[in-house]
Amino acid sequence: MAPIMKTIRNNSFLQGVGGRLRQAPLLGWLLGALLAVVLELLVGDPVARTLGMDRAPALFGFRVMLKSPVLIPSALVYVVLFYALPTMLVAGFTAGWMNKAAGGLLGVSTLVSLLVHLGLLYATLHLWGTLNDYRVLVLRLAFISVIATLSLNVVNGYLGEFSCSHPGFMALGAYVASIITVLLFVQDDVFGSPLLPPVIGPFAFPIALIAGGLAASVGALAVAIPSFRTRGDYLAIISLAFTFIVKSLIENLEVIGGPRGFMNQPQWAPLPVVFVAMVICVAIIASFVRSTLGKATCAVRDDETAAGHLTINTRRTKMVAFLFAAFWAGVSGGLFAHVLGYVNPGTFGLLKLTEVLAMVYLGGLNSVVGSIVGAVGIKLLQEILRPLEILKWVVLPVIIIVFMMVRPTGLIAFTEFDVKQILRPHNSQERRGG
Amino acid sequence: MALLRVQDMTHHFGGLRAVHDFDLEIEKGDLRGLIGPNGAGKSTIFNLITGMYTPTEGTISFKGVSLLGRRPYEIAALGIGRTFQNLRLWRHMTVLDHVRLAHYSKIDYGLLDAFFGTARWQRGEKQIEDLAYELLEMMGVQRFAHEVVTNLPYGVQRKVELARAMAVEPELLLLDEPTAGMNPEEMVEMMGVIRQIHDEFELAIYLIEHRMKVVMDLCEYIQTLNFGEVIAEGTPEEIRDNPVVIEAYLGEEDEG
Repeated sequence: MAPIMKTIRNNSFLQGVGGRLRQAPLLGWLLGALLAVVLELLVGDPVARTLGMDRAPALFGFRVMLKSPVLIPSALVYVVLFYALPTMLVAGFTAGWMNKAAGGLLGVSTLVSLLVHLGLLYATLHLWGTLNDYRVLVLRLAFISVIATLSLNVVNGYLGEFSCSHPGFMALGAYVASIITVLLFVQDDVFGSPLLPPVIGPFAFPIALIAGGLAASVGALAVAIPSFRTRGDYLAIISLAFTFIVKSLIENLEVIGGPRGFMNQPQWAPLPVVFVAMVICVAIIASFVRSTLGKATCAVRDDETAAGHLTINTRRTKMVAFLFAAFWAGVSGGLFAHVLGYVNPGTFGLLKLTEVLAMVYLGGLNSVVGSIVGAVGIKLLQEILRPLEILKWVVLPVIIIVFMMVRPTGLIAFTEFDVKQILRPHNSQERRGG
Repeated sequence: MALLRVQDMTHHFGGLRAVHDFDLEIEKGDLRGLIGPNGAGKSTIFNLITGMYTPTEGTISFKGVSLLGRRPYEIAALGIGRTFQNLRLWRHMTVLDHVRLAHYSKIDYGLLDAFFGTARWQRGEKQIEDLAYELLEMMGVQRFAHEVVTNLPYGVQRKVELARAMAVEPELLLLDEPTAGMNPEEMVEMMGVIRQIHDEFELAIYLIEHRMKVVMDLCEYIQTLNFGEVIAEGTPEEIRDNPVVIEAYLGEEDEG
């Protein structure tokens, strides 16, 4: 690594490029990504065939590389040609313009700037998904993981308790939301004909999701009341028990399919719906943890006695944070059920718990950005490693273990989520001003 | 009516009698000291007043309201601020957040405001932040506002803790060894700060100290505690020459 870095540092051309890229704001990168995706959409498939692949690789060529190592050079060329090069070129060459635009947008209002960025991001993802349905599924599952991870971070990171009940909350959310949508809007063998006209179904879907979230919150009460009298390992044990109780409860309820699972959920969670749900979740959780009410959870975590002596109602703070987190776990479960159109209790077991915990700790405790990166990163890794089949469950843990040895605190731990900082222009003047 | 009135307070930890028949009356603007050898029960008295423990016997009232059975956060919100012997700061948080959080009881926005970042939330946070900066400025630590507390020198951490206690907007301030671990320079500075907040806010201050110089210089009235019982009380001059006090302290040195 070192000699390469040295070459880069000494090469004036590369230096110039690096400097330009550093000056590119997020807006420029998003524009670059959008153009790259458009380029892939236009000529991705033919070029991939020329390079010896069947079609444009689904996930940045990693799956192709794992399946047939002969194609590694082709896949690399493809990634450089269609993703790295166009994005960097556009970001680098438009840096000046984009900085002006980013500054202008922030000048109008943070919200407008945020919406423009989100719009660009969504457009990019949507076009990227147009080429391959599998990509859309991965994106949807990744965004649902973001919601689950962020909500677990509220408990394990911000509140500093170790909760294992998230799969249980997700199961509650998934089943309650599914029962509502299937009972009300779907012709089903068990529940019979729809009670309401299916036309209004998609509009009622948010209500079903919220109901699922609230059901999870009620479940959280059952965990919180006995375990929040003291601190320590009690919550970990009780919450783990809760996950198993929910799982076996569902397994024994024949009316909702028991261990065979529950199906027929309408496909009401396409990419835009999941994306919007994730954005709302991130916005609300980020706003909560920045407020003094939310930061009280961190005070309780760092020293509960001191928090109590400084007017913080510690019991209420813990309750609110826990129920709040459970709500979002429930929402993520509801979305999950309506992405797959099928859920079974086996999904919400230890494996799910391990997955979400890994996402939280790898991304970094006490950090909104960390949870987003952790969730998307691990979800992508899981999909990328799928060609390894059973070996995936060896390789993935090893990657996580090695990673945690290098960075024990996770990728981005203990940072505040500052939207303005992320959206700001990158020229030096602005930095001094802001 | 006394600001704080403690009558016949007794507390047992299992079979151990930590505090016995303790009486105390503090008026607005008093500056009182509590001294005594290690393990005499001084911090226990603070913990009993602030609601960390409930006394086995006796009564405590503040501004005429009984404090018995109330939880610490309620007692603090009534107007009793405190610092701790071994600095209980929140190690992952910034100086500014410490002081902001102590305004918790005065937050006038609800959870929904916090979720959706409403105008009311923004106004509330701005108000809290302004108050926090004011306090940090008074303690002379505003330039550390965005530092995480664990990165700061010990003397600054003590001041942050004091600023945090002041953010409760107390009428009575309990200081548990405010100069412990400080060098002489920091100690003199801290004494200045204590005197300043006492004069400026007409604050009643009750402090535990090991350093005789601090207690003798600051306090108008001193109680000496040994084995949970008051063995002497009076003005600094009376305490200085009291043979019982001298014996309690010399006895401790013999043991050590």
